Amino acid sequence: MSRLDTREKLAILADAAKYDASCASSGSVKRNSVGGKGIGSTEGMGICHAYAPDGRCISLLKILLTNSCIFDCHYCINRKSSNVRRARFTAAEVVQLTLAFYRRNYIEGLFLSSGIIRSSNYTMEQIVEVARSLREDHDFRGYIHLKTIPDADPELVHKAGLHADRVSINVELPTESGLKRLAPEKDGVRIESAMDGMKASIEAGHDEKKRFKAAPAFAPAGQSTQMIVGADSANDGEIVQRASGLYDRFALRRVYYSAFSPIPDASAILPLKRPPLMREHRLYQSDWLMRFYGFKPAEVVAATDADGMLPLDIDPKLAWALKYRGQFPVDVNRAPREMLLRVPGLGVKAVDKIVASRRWRRLTLDDVGRLTVSVAKIRPFICAEGWQPVALTDRADLRQRLRPKTEQLELFRA
Amino acid sequence: MRSVRLAHEEDFDGWRDAARALALAGVPAAEVSWQVGADGGDLFGDEAIVPAAGAPAFAVPRPFVELARAAICHSDPVRFALLYALLLRVRAHPHAMEDQADPLLRNLELMAKDVRRDMHKMHAFVRFREVESEGGTRYVAWFEPDHHIVRANAGFFVRRFANMAWSILTPELCAHWDGAGLSFSPGATRADAPDGDPVEETWKTYYASIFNPARVKVKAMTKEMPRKYWKNMPETALVGQLLAGAQAREAEMVERSRSKAAEGGLARAAAAEKRIEPGGNVRAAWEALLVEARGCTRCDLYRCGTQTVFGEGPLDARILFVGEQPGDQEDLAGRPFVGPAGQLFDRALAEAGVDRSAAYVTNAVKHFKFEQRGKRRIHAKPNGGEIDACRWWIEQERALIRPPLTVALGATAARSIFGKTVTIGAMRGRAHQAPNGDEAWITVHPSFLLRVRDNREEEYARFVADLRGIGERARALARTD
Ligand code: SF4
Repeated sequence: MSRLDTREKLAILADAAKYDASCASSGSVKRNSVGGKGIGSTEGMGICHAYAPDGRCISLLKILLTNSCIFDCHYCINRKSSNVRRARFTAAEVVQLTLAFYRRNYIEGLFLSSGIIRSSNYTMEQIVEVARSLREDHDFRGYIHLKTIPDADPELVHKAGLHADRVSINVELPTESGLKRLAPEKDGVRIESAMDGMKASIEAGHDEKKRFKAAPAFAPAGQSTQMIVGADSANDGEIVQRASGLYDRFALRRVYYSAFSPIPDASAILPLKRPPLMREHRLYQSDWLMRFYGFKPAEVVAATDADGMLPLDIDPKLAWALKYRGQFPVDVNRAPREMLLRVPGLGVKAVDKIVASRRWRRLTLDDVGRLTVSVAKIRPFICAEGWQPVALTDRADLRQRLRPKTEQLELFRA
Repeated sequence: MRSVRLAHEEDFDGWRDAARALALAGVPAAEVSWQVGADGGDLFGDEAIVPAAGAPAFAVPRPFVELARAAICHSDPVRFALLYALLLRVRAHPHAMEDQADPLLRNLELMAKDVRRDMHKMHAFVRFREVESEGGTRYVAWFEPDHHIVRANAGFFVRRFANMAWSILTPELCAHWDGAGLSFSPGATRADAPDGDPVEETWKTYYASIFNPARVKVKAMTKEMPRKYWKNMPETALVGQLLAGAQAREAEMVERSRSKAAEGGLARAAAAEKRIEPGGNVRAAWEALLVEARGCTRCDLYRCGTQTVFGEGPLDARILFVGEQPGDQEDLAGRPFVGPAGQLFDRALAEAGVDRSAAYVTNAVKHFKFEQRGKRRIHAKPNGGEIDACRWWIEQERALIRPPLTVALGATAARSIFGKTVTIGAMRGRAHQAPNGDEAWITVHPSFLLRVRDNREEEYARFVADLRGIGERARALARTD
């Protein structure tokens, strides 16, 4: 067999990584390369360097070290019984690729994950070696996100946190039963205990930092996780509850949702269907409601329908508002900030501007219109100077009137 | 009319000095004309103001300074005048910056937002190319910003690429860094920038490979990466062909597992798949599915009946029969097709020469729906929502077993498989293609035969004939294996 060159390996190992939803490169400490020997900076906000035709941003070099795996998880293209072409990078190759891409301003850094080869520890060692070499041999100060292998020795996982900005451990599936069925070799309890250990290390790192300025930052961008949606029977309500439990218990920065994709050579037990992209989108929206809009998980669940699913035709905030019409209209000149945040179509920035402006005068509908993208969606839910939405909130066809006119997400329909 | 001449397009210091002097002199905004650059006079300006440093300073709120620094980089010539008008207002009303809904402030905020966005896009979309020169390796980029941001943005690139020598060329102004100092030179042209880079092909390989063709979202892409940037980014040259190929690639992804069947037959493909799966994952997966279904609450029927009645039969079955829902006896036994209709079904299968032991039987809806009448539980028809909710399970069963033939017994099963209401009379007795591509057949439900009063014999014979056709078809498919 002829040996693969770096480009051929990249084609295989980037292709294998594309089902991973995490891409963000934000939330780390500020760093730059002034006064150092290498390159790289992080300025808090991540940068998307390109967008793929699937609408997702490319911020990091997202690859697997190898797509060989000793496990056989059904949702995973790299599972042992899958018939895909295999490849494996050396640690040095990943380091060189990262630096070459970074110098040309193609990327913000590296997201490294891997199939499991030989053993969890061996694989984890290789992952850590890439990060170590980047940081120590090349003084690389860009962003590094490492996916840790839950079964690996805690000592190795700790090392990963010392070099990386962010670490993640996938919970894989929202339900324990789904995990049993689709990833028989993975163990929910072990995954959670790894997350718990990581949380403890991150907190200890914060304490160190407070006491000794020179202490190395431990995973300053925190930890995240990913779950696959649509491969087991969990409904949106269950997923939201599960995610919020994870946020609370393990102080996660982000929970990523990955709609289960039809994958080449799919395992026989998975539905060969288009990924439910809109469902994934609604879950992200509900996540935002909890993280930035003050919604309790139970309130998001209240926005689901009888089957526990979020509506696909309207966003969850609008769904909630339509269910709790009695709470509206909200007076933009008097209502507390928390209540303004509940108005469908009003974002956090617009709410803050309303609160700043109304200290000086009473706002009209035109004023509100200037602070938002479109006032049409908001109008039925607010009162303003000279504006009262008569009876509109009681109209039975409100949902019809407010739902987006065109479905525009999918170019090709199956 | 007073005329102010600024040194260059984002000459914030010059603007500030002039604005300060004008404001102190009480000159209204309408009486100032703002110019940039050395040449050309303002014909109408009668009293030129030289931006004089040293006019006494006065305090303005910090948000104003931040806004002015950003907005002054905007390409709209009116920015200087608007900023001056706002400055006068801020002097008169200390809280003017807080009235975010005010049209003038809003206008400038939007300008500042355009500028920040342009700066952000420059951070993202600059593409360096490696050039060897006498001085060593230099990284050179060509970029075309919308606003006057090069100077303001240089610091970002210095901080990021502190130990590299680089140049960013733009039509208006070029920035250069040599590892120690920053310098600027007049604008350049595209031709001054290098073409191609040894790593570019590798980068394009990455771009093409990380894209998931099953998730095409062109609008989302162009919203964040408008086409005007594409001509200077190497990877975007691929977008056309990636999109053109996406549909084919997705279809191929979905088909690949199926297509093993195209030449070899589904049964063999399934068998092959089972062989390579260590530890008999199909069986383990089915068992776990069964356990999972016991806790299903996808629709309200989980409150009905005794238990979830799941399908049963060999997992490499050649025919998968779908009934309606468990009846009274099935509900108690926890197994499908054990009641009177099931017994009739077994008899008909035997008469039709179909091997019962090679078939998997299941129901479209897995809970018994009934109305209590006294001591009796009378079967009630599942509604569309219940069928749709329960379809999840049957899809899992079908995907797991991959039968060459799926047979819908009755209207409920047909709706579950075809996703819409179909007429049984018109469709029975021949092959159809189910939406997932499988071959599907339709016939009546055996319980229908228990209910008919007239020509019961005749209906039963027709049912057996249907089953015989199905059996023959299954054998024919097996022979082509
Ligand atoms: S009928 Fe089907 S969907 Fe409804 S609860 Fe029972 S198993 Fe779940």
